[in-house]
Amino acid sequence: MTLRSPGRADATDTLTGGPQRRRASGFGGSRRARGGAPLPLLVPALIGLAFLTLPLVALLIRAPWRSMPELLTSPEVWQALRLSLVCATAATAVSLVIGVPLAWLLARVEFPGRGLVRALVTLPLVLPPVVGGVALLMALGRNGVVGKWLDSWFGVTLPFTTTGVVIAEAFVAMPFLVISVEGTLRAADPRYEEAAATLGASRFTAFRRVTLPLIAPGVAAGAVLAWARALGEFGATITFAGNFPGRTQTMPLAVYLALQNDPESAIALSLVLLAVSVAVLAGLRDRWMSAS
Amino acid sequence: MTRSVRTRSRRSVQVAALGAAALLALSACSSSDDSSSAKSGASQSGSGTKVSGDITVFAAASLKESFTTLGKDFEKAHPGTKVTFSFGGSDSLAASITGGAPADVFASASPKTMKVVTDAKDNADAPATFVRNQLEIATLPGNPDKVASLKDLTGKDLKVVLCDKTVPCGAAAEKALTASKLKLTPVSYEEDVKSALNKVVLKEADAAVVYRTDVRAAGDKVEGVEFPESADAINAYPIALLKESKNTETAKAFIALVRSAEGQKVLTSAGFLQP
Repeated sequence: MTLRSPGRADATDTLTGGPQRRRASGFGGSRRARGGAPLPLLVPALIGLAFLTLPLVALLIRAPWRSMPELLTSPEVWQALRLSLVCATAATAVSLVIGVPLAWLLARVEFPGRGLVRALVTLPLVLPPVVGGVALLMALGRNGVVGKWLDSWFGVTLPFTTTGVVIAEAFVAMPFLVISVEGTLRAADPRYEEAAATLGASRFTAFRRVTLPLIAPGVAAGAVLAWARALGEFGATITFAGNFPGRTQTMPLAVYLALQNDPESAIALSLVLLAVSVAVLAGLRDRWMSAS
Repeated sequence: MTRSVRTRSRRSVQVAALGAAALLALSACSSSDDSSSAKSGASQSGSGTKVSGDITVFAAASLKESFTTLGKDFEKAHPGTKVTFSFGGSDSLAASITGGAPADVFASASPKTMKVVTDAKDNADAPATFVRNQLEIATLPGNPDKVASLKDLTGKDLKVVLCDKTVPCGAAAEKALTASKLKLTPVSYEEDVKSALNKVVLKEADAAVVYRTDVRAAGDKVEGVEFPESADAINAYPIALLKESKNTETAKAFIALVRSAEGQKVLTSAGFLQP
């Protein structure tokens, strides 16, 4: 984490985040619209809500409630669920450690080709996850561009391992975190950091003691997004890490393969994943995200 | 374009019930652009139906190469037709058919997956076996690990991938392993036969148990090793006309081509066994 950037960037910081962006992070419900919601907004909003929730409701209606206890007590289900939670959390941790500094770099340091770098960072969002998995194999696989050296120097092979699952999930989920944190950073007032600098704080200290607390809600929101994306990750995981129960078979993989044979148990499995993620997201939201 | 062709042909079929003369009159005026297909259809079947329009064929991933060839042959033999394929794991195809996907023909890689469709009564005729497929071991080019039998995969420090038990190639591999009392722990159970093969093509795995046809299709990117235990697990491939079909005559003609001597030639040259 030694991202002490050259001093020449300081001047540009004042230019990128103007004072007009000051209040952008603090708009949490100070002003409330009077009267009911206007119809041109209300109708599409309700259609939107129905569109998003109807498939989930259908899933609940068609769920095999009677055989549910039996389907859910199998050890494989808990094994897959535990692996999913562990890997999604690890992938989020990886994303935080390298994604937040990357977001800071994109938001605070002017360098040639920044627009291009930003586009590259968001590339995994548009890439079909299966292609992402193949790309990871070509980079980090046993025969990959970098993976070849990992294998011959350290004897480390990443495909077909739990670490591989974490890597695949982090690859797909990290852009969500970077975009979210970068947006928050751009909205945050850089003058606090400048004030810290005038009081003798190094740029890293200012980041750690001033910027980070300031953007904490944005980081939390980004982390939650990344975690949710990692939890549901399927394509890159099955392509890069394969599918082996207990080692690389996460819940989405188990759901997909159950769907081939036994759609009922696939529905039951997806409901478990859904329930767990809703519980975690709702819990986090109350604790962190409303705090802003 | 697609829709207009289909509605037109459906209309012609309905009217066919009224009489062959009416059919000829209608197709003559409604399809002036493809009069040749109308002519061939009328001359081919006495019941007053014709082979034209679009059909959609759902076929097992392992049929990709040979069915693509057969589709082109079919379109050439019957101008005015278009065959669209959807290749995938037989189980997901069966699931989408029972879920209402609009398809005319289903060619599956195992009787078990076909049974999913027939149990749901989504087929219009009895499934017929058109080819069989045998398992083979795919190794890296040149077979650097000297794999010679199924047993060689269980020993050594080899990275082996199998298909998941839920797809036909995985079920067949399990059958062969059980029959020969071998215990094989792979590094991964892949979701379909092509992804199992790809792990070897990309050199991430040392060996995979796949179909002979897949080894053949991969050319020199993998090397095939035959093993006698595969005789215990030969997959039969059934094909059936689907209830959802809006263009039964063309679909039937395609099934006939697959089962004809000409179709069998294409399939056996891809490595399939005759039924």
